[in-house]
Amino acid sequence: MSPVELMLAALLIPLLAALLLGLSDKKPNLREAVSLIASLSLLATVLSLLPTVLGGDRPFITLLEIVPGITLHFELEPLGMLFACVAALLWPVNTLYSIGYMRGNKEQHQTRFYICFAIALSSTMGIAMAGNLFTLFICYEILTLSTYPLVTHKGNEAAKQGGRVYLGILLSTSIGFFLLAILWTWYLTGTLDFKAGGILSGKVAGPELIILLFLFMYGIGKAAMMPVHRWLPAAMVAPTPVSALLHAVAVVKAGVFSVVKIAVYIFGLDTLQASAGADWILWIAGFTIITASIIALQQDNLKRRLAYSTISQLSYVILAVFILAPLSTVAAALHIAAHAFGKITLFFAAGSIYTAAHKTRVSELNGIGYRMPWTMAAFTIGAISMIGLPPTAGFLSKWYMLMGAFQQEQLFAVLVIIASTLLNAAYFIPIIYAAWFKKAEQGGDTVIHGEAPKAIVFALMITASLTLLLFFFPEVPLQLANSLIGERP
Amino acid sequence: MIESHLSLLIVVLPLLAAPIIAALPNGRTPWLVSTLVCWSVFAMACMQLINVNTGNVISYELGGWAPPWGIEYRIDATNALVALIVSAIAAVTLPYALKSVASEIPKKQHSLFYAAFMLCITGLLGIAQTGDIFNLFVFLEISSLSSYALISLGKQRQALTASYQYLIMGTIGATFFLIGVGLLYAMTGTLNMMDMAQRLPALYDHRTIHTAFAFIMVGFALKLALFPLHIWLPNAYTYAPSVVTVFLAATATKVAVYVMLRVIFSVFGFSFIEKTPTDELFLILCVAGILMMSFYAIHQHDIKRLLAYSSVAQIGYMMLGVGFGSALGLTATLVHLFNHALMKGALFMAVGALVYRVGSSRLELCSGLGKQMPWTFAAIVIGGLSLIGVPGTAGFISKWYLVLAAIEKQNWLIVAVILVGSLLAVIYVWKIVEVLYFKPAEENNVHSSVNEAPLMILIPTWLLVLANLYFGFDTDITVGTAQQAVQLLLPGASQ
Repeated sequence: MSPVELMLAALLIPLLAALLLGLSDKKPNLREAVSLIASLSLLATVLSLLPTVLGGDRPFITLLEIVPGITLHFELEPLGMLFACVAALLWPVNTLYSIGYMRGNKEQHQTRFYICFAIALSSTMGIAMAGNLFTLFICYEILTLSTYPLVTHKGNEAAKQGGRVYLGILLSTSIGFFLLAILWTWYLTGTLDFKAGGILSGKVAGPELIILLFLFMYGIGKAAMMPVHRWLPAAMVAPTPVSALLHAVAVVKAGVFSVVKIAVYIFGLDTLQASAGADWILWIAGFTIITASIIALQQDNLKRRLAYSTISQLSYVILAVFILAPLSTVAAALHIAAHAFGKITLFFAAGSIYTAAHKTRVSELNGIGYRMPWTMAAFTIGAISMIGLPPTAGFLSKWYMLMGAFQQEQLFAVLVIIASTLLNAAYFIPIIYAAWFKKAEQGGDTVIHGEAPKAIVFALMITASLTLLLFFFPEVPLQLANSLIGERP
Repeated sequence: MIESHLSLLIVVLPLLAAPIIAALPNGRTPWLVSTLVCWSVFAMACMQLINVNTGNVISYELGGWAPPWGIEYRIDATNALVALIVSAIAAVTLPYALKSVASEIPKKQHSLFYAAFMLCITGLLGIAQTGDIFNLFVFLEISSLSSYALISLGKQRQALTASYQYLIMGTIGATFFLIGVGLLYAMTGTLNMMDMAQRLPALYDHRTIHTAFAFIMVGFALKLALFPLHIWLPNAYTYAPSVVTVFLAATATKVAVYVMLRVIFSVFGFSFIEKTPTDELFLILCVAGILMMSFYAIHQHDIKRLLAYSSVAQIGYMMLGVGFGSALGLTATLVHLFNHALMKGALFMAVGALVYRVGSSRLELCSGLGKQMPWTFAAIVIGGLSLIGVPGTAGFISKWYLVLAAIEKQNWLIVAVILVGSLLAVIYVWKIVEVLYFKPAEENNVHSSVNEAPLMILIPTWLLVLANLYFGFDTDITVGTAQQAVQLLLPGASQ
């Protein structure tokens, strides 16, 4: 198939899967087979696009003109390729995990769950391949809406409240700010295409640039920059597979991915550097990193702790881009991948603990490492990657980030990265310590349990190994990240 | 032969059908005849739009009397679009009516109901088609009188008060309009709108012309329920039979907006309006209407009433474009005219399905129904998303042009109001969604055995729902026709 057909296939496979899933209601085995096959074929499709993009091609397709001058346009560039790869790689693993988790916990409405998941993946592919802001915005909103039924999956009062915060923040920021920023850009430039070097240079300056940047940064609520981060902890009422793939990978990465795209292809790094209008973002991102880490430190609920850790890690990407050095842009791209593998592992482990031991709190995890060795081994690897120590993927991106910060003599960024590394260690190491070295409390209502179902354990071993592998074999993501800043490897 | 009389047939066919239907025995025949009439009118309206979409204008002389003495039907892209909206909604509503009317209106009134319905369609189509301002008044009265009758057929006793309230307000509006027309006739000596438009510029400074203009504006502001002259609308929409609410919400106010456009841009000309404070006044009323009515909508406990307040707010969006007086603004108005008909049509139909099963549209009685009526629920969700203006739906296209028009005017306040209005829409739409889905059905609920609405109700509803999605991607008909119309309304305006 030609690259363009493959791109279309990447969009349509999940949608087709959603349709088939709808038809296979009440046949669990068939339904899960469809999910697995769809996710694997999406992975094959996305991976077969990789050589094209690495070869320097930018396949594109224009589907239809929605209003005069504005088209539904898809174009695959390196950063989108990286994002698509990460999402497509983790979907099959997550499907495997979902099967174990949803069956293990006897969840209701499983067909709807898989359908919404497939639609969410299709829109994630759309975001990754969007060729203009308009297409990006459409897919961005579909992603929000298709994940709402997943967040509120349990259908109880807590789910309703979580769903309210989720939808309220994501929709109001995107309609109130993002849409306005897009329309303003259209009015100023007459185009919405992503172009190397940006489309806004010379069109906007001074305070207007700051306002436009503000509208974009806070319009993309999915990037969870404080104070619009509240939706992410709220989304934790969802079943763990949702928190894992969507709220550690697809949705949040769609946010920071959009931020990087807009900084690089709409504003252009040179324009931003020349105007000094982006300095405030560094401060806010730094503040978010530190504050979210401090909040994470105080959370006893494991998933909430992970959520706040995600908020902090997302701002790493924002910080890295707005250091405005080529090296730090590479770091931003790498961190999208590195954090994805590490954080999904952590969430998988949290879900595994919940399924096997019905425990959700950090304080209940004493000695659990001996009952669930595989799970906690994976958790340890994920946590090390979050802290940014070798030999994990997290080290790689942090390294580039620090190099970029030094290059630009951004002392503030350096300090933030160091401080947050310490904080990361402070909230992850106690968990690891408790799991391996503390004695489990005896008596009372302790449940005798072993490892989680095999599907779950298998899935989290895969993601943990990916976290390690990315450290040893970073060529492909590094190449993609390098061509993002226009360097030929 | 027939083709040359198309413009007249669109109006005359339902007019002739009305007395015939009234004479038919109660049962299915009145419904069947009305459906056939509406479908043929819809087909004719489509042909008419295709004829004028290229930019030409049809002029039809009634009875062969040449204008300005005889009555002229003058069709351009603007009114062809409006006629299409009216006839399309009628064509979709009638299949829906079969079950819904059978459950809400006593059988002995069925043939009268369909006869009144035909008259209402005649009136609205007549307003759209005619090029004669007095003829327009006649059709206005036909549509108004028949809609008073239709609203009063509602099941609850409040329908009578609602209808009476509308009767009083509507009559005041129509009288104001007639006074205005009389004054214009006295000054210009003509009733043909094109002819009048040519004679008016010489009289621009005359006080009588200003008085006439004021009377017409207030009269029609009442008919289109522009805030704060909207108070008849929420009651009328809430207590009317579901079918009537669907039809009126999707068409009646749209036709009134069209008359505003016609009078302001074709008859008086925007250069006249700019000298008066009308355009600023419109903007202020629209902004106030959008914000206040959205807040009102949030606090309603009846889905129909909630949507009715939302309609008043949406009329604010449509009139914003008129207040801007720019090509982009008018495009936004016309596009929203079409799209709002689709979304409110779909929403009221879905609510009608709830009423069909539960007998009420009160929120507390509908709690938990989303799980028992998944298709109806999905229709409400998609219609609601279109109302909010989420990308991928027709509502988004409206929002796009509205905000663009406001940015072009550098009016940041209105940009903010439009966006805040969308966010308020999120709140009131989600209020319905949460009650339907998350609120558990009440203890010993009589509705526990309720199941999905019948296909005759679901299919028309979903036709409109799918249209909402389709017109979110393909805007050739909506934006294309609107731009064509704008060139005729605002000659010389650049796109």
